Amino acid sequence: MRPAALIPLGLIALGAAGVLLPFVWMVSVSLKPHAEIFTPDVSLLPARPTLLNYWTALTETEIPRYLLNGAIVTGGILVLQLLVTVPCAYALAHRRFPGRGLLFGAVVAALLVPFHVTAIPIFLGLAQAKLLNTYTALILPFVASAFGLFLLRQAFAQIPAELVDAARVDGMSEMGIAWRVAFPLGLPTVIAFSIFSVTAHWNDLFWPLIAVTDPDLATPPRGILYFRDEESGDDIGPLMAGATLITAPLILGFLLAQRRFTQGLAGTGLKR
Amino acid sequence: MIRRAMTDIVLVGPAALAVVLFIFLPVAVVFILAFTDYQVGASRADWIGFENFAALFGSRLGRNALINTLVYAAIVIPASVGFGLLVALGLHGLTPRMPRLSAVLRTIYFLPVAATLVAMAVSWQMLLHPSLGLMNSWISALGLSPQQWLSDRGLVLYTLAAIGVWQSIGYNMVLFLAGLAAIPATLYDAAAVDGAENGWTRFWTVTWPMLGPTTLFVLIVTAANAFRVFETVATMTQGGPAFASDTIVYSLYREGFVYFKAGYASAITVVFFLALLLLTALQVALIERRVHYR
Repeated sequence: MRPAALIPLGLIALGAAGVLLPFVWMVSVSLKPHAEIFTPDVSLLPARPTLLNYWTALTETEIPRYLLNGAIVTGGILVLQLLVTVPCAYALAHRRFPGRGLLFGAVVAALLVPFHVTAIPIFLGLAQAKLLNTYTALILPFVASAFGLFLLRQAFAQIPAELVDAARVDGMSEMGIAWRVAFPLGLPTVIAFSIFSVTAHWNDLFWPLIAVTDPDLATPPRGILYFRDEESGDDIGPLMAGATLITAPLILGFLLAQRRFTQGLAGTGLKR
Repeated sequence: MIRRAMTDIVLVGPAALAVVLFIFLPVAVVFILAFTDYQVGASRADWIGFENFAALFGSRLGRNALINTLVYAAIVIPASVGFGLLVALGLHGLTPRMPRLSAVLRTIYFLPVAATLVAMAVSWQMLLHPSLGLMNSWISALGLSPQQWLSDRGLVLYTLAAIGVWQSIGYNMVLFLAGLAAIPATLYDAAAVDGAENGWTRFWTVTWPMLGPTTLFVLIVTAANAFRVFETVATMTQGGPAFASDTIVYSLYREGFVYFKAGYASAITVVFFLALLLLTALQVALIERRVHYR
């Protein structure tokens, strides 16, 4: 390799080190004993690493509760989204019914609406229904996913009509075709959408900050802020251990299934 | 016939209802609320015309949030698109020679996209801590003066913008890499026949024009995300110090859900929404003008 070609490589590697810095720092501080954190000579890596902070975070704080809430909320959102979206996307792709064009137009229009725009009326509606401070408040508003409807309709439209007709001749119900023919054939897109949905809602802070004030219902990002704001500034080690624990599931998922994650988070945008 | 209609309703009904109930109805309500003085919990609301909008554009606080968001976007958009493109070009060139290394670097750059931003913001906050943070310790070692990254009014917005760039380079890189992979090698051969020998000429005659649609898409996505900045602000500064890092979405959150001024917060929402729609319209207009060569 020519020396001149090494310069861009060096710069990219340097940039990568910069990108990694907050990750390394988070894990490093989470492994540092108390005395190494509160010292004027700060060092990047721990001199005597310990898992004590993780023990504290898991046994003396609410971090496990936040992780559980995160699983309940993201899982609840995804299951409901798929239950509602798969049959509708199938019908949009393979059935003719009055208002089909209108509905598809509405889905495309709804793609333009960020969640922030709908937050105030949804908050007022949930307050009216006395549903604030419940899991329902965290889950229900996301059942309608224009993005999911659009993505799955496009995927199901690729399924040959002959296949759908054959299933009908065999006596399958329409709901049966949606779940036993369209769903498995569109599985790559379903997975991409699922990764997108889980990542978006696991990481969301905006809505949990608004919809719940009960710490017992806090999702991981909301919870880590409760933890940070309650402590006196003395618990930085366990705080960083907590931050590492709530980031770990998605990062591990990404490292194990990189192609699927990249597709779910960026590739889905490419096809639009 | 009736059975057929029933089937359609069972298949489509729940999704259609959800889209109307959670997207279209709220959008309509927010546009109405924006013209009222409604407060959360109040029993009545009065029609006040454009007063909320006048307050938003007329007050220093309102204008401050809008300007901060524009400044933030003006840094994050060019920097994260530019760096995203540079990294993608570098990795694209590197892949045939060192596929392993290229894949590892690609993974690293994409990590912030999958990571929980709030947790990373907590780590950034510690990294930038005035006395316990690594950043000031390194800066002092270089002989420069330590900074109050998050509590200096003149600096805080730039600190947040730098974190915004950190977060979005990887996403843009992945989109650019896909765009680069789609450029047929024959075009480069043809350009070479036409005398485009050095890398610079090849970039401007082939790569850049062929990346047109990708670049446009990346710009729009980055812009939309930059205007939505919230998580880092809410985690690290809460708009402070003295509103120096207040942004549109953060002020929407504060006015609506901390001060419960639903009417005023709705007006902020409407302005935010219209700005995003304008951005999308711009995208469509540009595509109509055929910026791409496919």
